[in-house]
Amino acid sequence: MRIIPFLISTVATAGLVFVLNTSLPIGSSKTPRLGYFLSPQQGFWQNAEASNTSFSGDVKLEGLKGKVDVFMDERLVPHIYAQTDLDAYYVQGYIHAKFRLWQMEFQTYVAAGRLSEIAGPERLNIDLFFRRLGMVYGAEQTMQRMEKDREMQATVDAYTEGVNAYIKSLKPEQIPLEYKLMDYKPEAWTPLKTYLFLMYMSYDLTGSGAKQDLKMSNAKNYLGFEAFDQLFPNVQDSLDPIIPTKAIAFAKPSIIPIAPKDIDSPYLNKSSYSISAESPITPNRNNGSNNWAVSGSKTASGRPILCNDPHLGLNLPSLWYEVQINTPTHNTYGASFPGSPAVIIGFNDSIAWGVTNAGRDVLDYYEVQFKDTSMQEYWYNGEWHNASLRLETIKVKGKPDVNEYIAMTEIGPVMYDHHYKSDSSHPKYLAVKWTANKAGTGLKTFYKLNRAKNFNDYQTAIADWSCPGQNFAFASKSGDIAIKQQGSFVARWKRQGDFIMPGIDSTYQWQGMIPESENPMIKNPSRGWVSSANQKATDSSYPYYLGMSHNFPVYRGVMINKRLSVMNGITPMDMQYLQNENYDVFAEMARPVLLKNIDVSKLTTTEKKYVDILREWNFRNEVTSQGATVFNAIWDSLELVVWKDDFQNAKSPMPWPDGSTLLDNLLKNNNYRFADNLNTTDKVETIQDDVLEAIKKASVNLEQLEKNKKLDWGIVKDTKVSHLLQLPALSRLHLPIGGGKNCVNATTSAHGPSWRMIVHMTDETEAYGVYPGGQSGNPGSKFYDNFIDSWAAGKYFKLLFLSKENATKNEKIKWHMTFTNG
Amino acid sequence: MKFITAVFLTAFLAFSIGLFTSLPWWSFVITSFLVALGVHQKVGKAFLSGFAGLFLLWSILAIFKDMANDHILAIKVAKILPLGGSYWALILVTGLIGGLVSGLAAISGSTARKK
Repeated sequence: MRIIPFLISTVATAGLVFVLNTSLPIGSSKTPRLGYFLSPQQGFWQNAEASNTSFSGDVKLEGLKGKVDVFMDERLVPHIYAQTDLDAYYVQGYIHAKFRLWQMEFQTYVAAGRLSEIAGPERLNIDLFFRRLGMVYGAEQTMQRMEKDREMQATVDAYTEGVNAYIKSLKPEQIPLEYKLMDYKPEAWTPLKTYLFLMYMSYDLTGSGAKQDLKMSNAKNYLGFEAFDQLFPNVQDSLDPIIPTKAIAFAKPSIIPIAPKDIDSPYLNKSSYSISAESPITPNRNNGSNNWAVSGSKTASGRPILCNDPHLGLNLPSLWYEVQINTPTHNTYGASFPGSPAVIIGFNDSIAWGVTNAGRDVLDYYEVQFKDTSMQEYWYNGEWHNASLRLETIKVKGKPDVNEYIAMTEIGPVMYDHHYKSDSSHPKYLAVKWTANKAGTGLKTFYKLNRAKNFNDYQTAIADWSCPGQNFAFASKSGDIAIKQQGSFVARWKRQGDFIMPGIDSTYQWQGMIPESENPMIKNPSRGWVSSANQKATDSSYPYYLGMSHNFPVYRGVMINKRLSVMNGITPMDMQYLQNENYDVFAEMARPVLLKNIDVSKLTTTEKKYVDILREWNFRNEVTSQGATVFNAIWDSLELVVWKDDFQNAKSPMPWPDGSTLLDNLLKNNNYRFADNLNTTDKVETIQDDVLEAIKKASVNLEQLEKNKKLDWGIVKDTKVSHLLQLPALSRLHLPIGGGKNCVNATTSAHGPSWRMIVHMTDETEAYGVYPGGQSGNPGSKFYDNFIDSWAAGKYFKLLFLSKENATKNEKIKWHMTFTNG
Repeated sequence: MKFITAVFLTAFLAFSIGLFTSLPWWSFVITSFLVALGVHQKVGKAFLSGFAGLFLLWSILAIFKDMANDHILAIKVAKILPLGGSYWALILVTGLIGGLVSGLAAISGSTARKK
């Protein structure tokens, strides 16, 4: 033995193995363990799915009651045929896990505030935010309530067992790619995880209040209520509510909330302090959606057609997963959430349903007074009350655990305290009151909708829906259409909860919830259609305060109703065009104001050229529209010119007034008080001055874009569908798709129609759908992103809604999986 | 002949132990060491055969996976690592890393014997 060479080579081998077996930091992220990751028998190569992979097979699962057949079609959509409902949900869990396991688990890590556990201390801020907001607490409340319902408990348990059966069957080399990249392993699924995921959806759709109430409070304090009320007005002139004006005589309210007597002094008027808090992630303000249903009187077939496209953040793997579930009790097809049993948006043999966000404010902040920083006692209604402390332990990868104590009051969890601060001038204790924290029965609504046969079943199904408030559109084969705004909504006095409220007594507390029967609903209206696009639900004859107009975008709804009102003999093809409509009704209203206020003699040749492009534009936000780019550049510059000086001394984050507010004022006033630039003392600027400045500013940018040949709207907007880890290599970038936030096709940079569905209620259901993703969550599968090009091009897939006999012989069915007890 | 035997044995045993996927990915260090110990060659040749065994095994396994997959995943991973999105570069790196570890283990095997 040559001892020295032996030692050297052995140490070198060990050293190399050690390095290749370690995650090395590069920048803010870490490399995978390279040796493991590259190993063809264990690492990422194992996730390279052969393009001719067969998905057929026989699976033995413990606890199945009967045989379950799953037919996979050419798009990898499973059609599940089971003899009992529980078997169907068991297999749905298994299939979700088989194709989307990493995403399912990752989403619940986010919701539970556990990201630091897998991603390290950089994500601690996000975890703290979600823990303090009460996400885990809320999911626990929901779970406790649902477990009292035996049917629902059994459903979620069966689903959980299915997920776990798949996880158990996984060999180490078969775990999804992302586990290998981030170097961790799947853990067991639990019912709590399903509720955490649903809690996350509540956050995504109603959580904007977590930031907005703070920012609105800042703005109100900074501007004073009077100016604030002009910039964030509560009435929008271009209102086209979901329930058509005067279509319904609303019943007398059963609760009349009374505003506190002292409301003018501390609440609405300027107070001395401001609070500033930036939540690390805020739901996108454009989280909205479109849905509509037309009655047979307007269609070519004489049967209703229902359409829905929920607008959410665009991610890979997609939030949605298509599935058909067929059991003796129901036969349902639609988009499901990996992480939850049942179909969320879809149709069955009798009815179809779709949802949009109601946008109602269901999250409020109350300022609580504690005796001292131990937060054990707080002052409420003239006496000290005991607060309990909830311990949340956050595990941090490579670091010691972080213990977070959250004071729990009768109002809700204390989100901000002296320890978890906002940059306020003095410590403030803010408790969150949020309907999502109250025990809900959300899943039960979908469970019942999956089985609903008619309008009455639909009504019963959604009656208990509490959070997030949704507009449920409905159509049935028997010819009914309907829409209802359903949720657990606070009966508010005007402006209640728009700002942080005092929490020392019950004066500012919620005085009651609006009874479900008084929520706005309309069935078979004479105009022949129902629709919603996140606008206000009603006109002012509705007896309850709906919330700040800021929460309700106007223009998509206007456009949809405008189109539907003139459409007759409608076919599903017409509906496809409407869902992909790129006409910008906001621009149509705004351009005349811009053109009216332009003094062409003050423009350079280049600036004139852009004004000409604007003048000739047809208001369509197509991929190649240069007019759309010019309009948006000028409008955005105008907002900046008008508002910037009014907010320039603001030290805390504030919201920007809506485009509709500026437009309404420009339409109405020749002398708009906010047009004046506060920085010029010698001159009072007019709208004309502001428009001129906006054009000059915009032209500089436009010239730059044009020089780089990037003036086309599709290039400027630059839509992408990002992987949940934001890795560009696993994302689809630079997609050629038009649209915009004010178009029916509400596609912006990273946000837009996440599932487009059209259901024609003919005897044999005719349905179309598409989402920007693919059925497989594996980036190494050709089914990972194979719908994206069709989605971008506005194309649809005809949805295969098959009886079991037809499934066995349909040519589009490619694979057959069987599940038996064993 | 010894060289070819060593290369073949290194690759075969590494593949076999690699079928036990709950063992660490570097388990072939042991088999490559044992092959070099058993099939005695000079240090240089031992390194080369140890290297070649794993280089060939890993790159050929990777090529099979990659071809069947139409390069879908390799191109993505080659962008993450970053290798400019080249699947060939990724296959080469895969082979080199396996080969290097195995070659070093083989040197230990060779030097563990008397001359």
